[in-house]
Amino acid sequence: MLKKVRRRYLALEIDSDEVVSSKEFMDAVWSAFLKLYGEYGASQAGLKLIDCDMEKRFAVIRTVHTTLEMVRTALASITKIENKPAAIHVLTVSGTVKSLYKKLDTKLSTL
Amino acid sequence: MKRIYADLHMCPNSKDSEQAERMIRKASELGYYLIAMSLPPNFTEEKIQRLQNICEEANVDFASRVDLKPRTSKELINSLRKLRRRFEVIAVMCESKHVARQAAKDRRVDLVNFPSTDFRKRFFDRAEAELASNSLASFEIDIKPLLTLEGQARIRLLSILRREAAAARDFRVPIVVSSGVSEELLMRKPRELTALASLFDLDKASAIEAVSKNPVAIVKRNREKLSPHFVAPGIRIVRGGKDC
Repeated sequence: MLKKVRRRYLALEIDSDEVVSSKEFMDAVWSAFLKLYGEYGASQAGLKLIDCDMEKRFAVIRTVHTTLEMVRTALASITKIENKPAAIHVLTVSGTVKSLYKKLDTKLSTL
Repeated sequence: MKRIYADLHMCPNSKDSEQAERMIRKASELGYYLIAMSLPPNFTEEKIQRLQNICEEANVDFASRVDLKPRTSKELINSLRKLRRRFEVIAVMCESKHVARQAAKDRRVDLVNFPSTDFRKRFFDRAEAELASNSLASFEIDIKPLLTLEGQARIRLLSILRREAAAARDFRVPIVVSSGVSEELLMRKPRELTALASLFDLDKASAIEAVSKNPVAIVKRNREKLSPHFVAPGIRIVRGGKDC
């Protein structure tokens, strides 16, 4: 029987002085992942953009729980998005989109 | 108890105080509680005090740090004699094997660091690790080159770091992971530094210790030693005067 895929949703903050598009952002994520883990690693990650608001510099991506640490590493290694200096910080991680936003709300309200 | 995260190697331009201020605020936002900035040896007490005030405002603890780049082991000993009581953290950038060996065995050295782009000058082998294990020196790894280098250079650096981290682990030399950055956009959260440390096979627990327990222990130990009440490890003056 096929094993159920356990997913992880990551809320991300895009730290950059310039505006980047969602496509440019995902290209940078894929490119960083490919550089560090190759095509085989990238094929296991199941990366997908779930939500993004580039004006608020916020994005949500999805991955598989087994590759969460690899995704974190790849995101931390990003220094440029389309040749514009940038950094991506993980705000929070969760197993469902609903709990991700809940966590994010409590995190932001405590700040 | 909440874990304290530290970045002992921030390198803003010492002439640009605004940049230092921005980096301190950023460090606070990213979740660091203790930071150390690489300062020139002739940095005055007033300037250090000014940085401490900015850190206080940003709710960050500040430790003064000096990076020594001696050419000979004799030069290293002389610098240590002059500077040990002025700075809370002393790091030695080892550019020759003699200096590396001297730094590893000298109990006044807190951190040994190696050039990240000149791979022939990375002398942290098993002999160096053995010497460091008998003294107080920790092995510092800067994350900046992992972010800035690309392709073959990064592959080579990762391979060397993996070997060095294994030597440090075998001889129980504490590893300190620092950012080593001079720009805000290259600063990373502690959790992100630990994720990057996995690239050179540091397990999760050791990586977390490398950004929290190990750097905090260095600063705590040195503050105790620099206190006027310190006599010897474990001995401090509790009360003074005629009635003692």
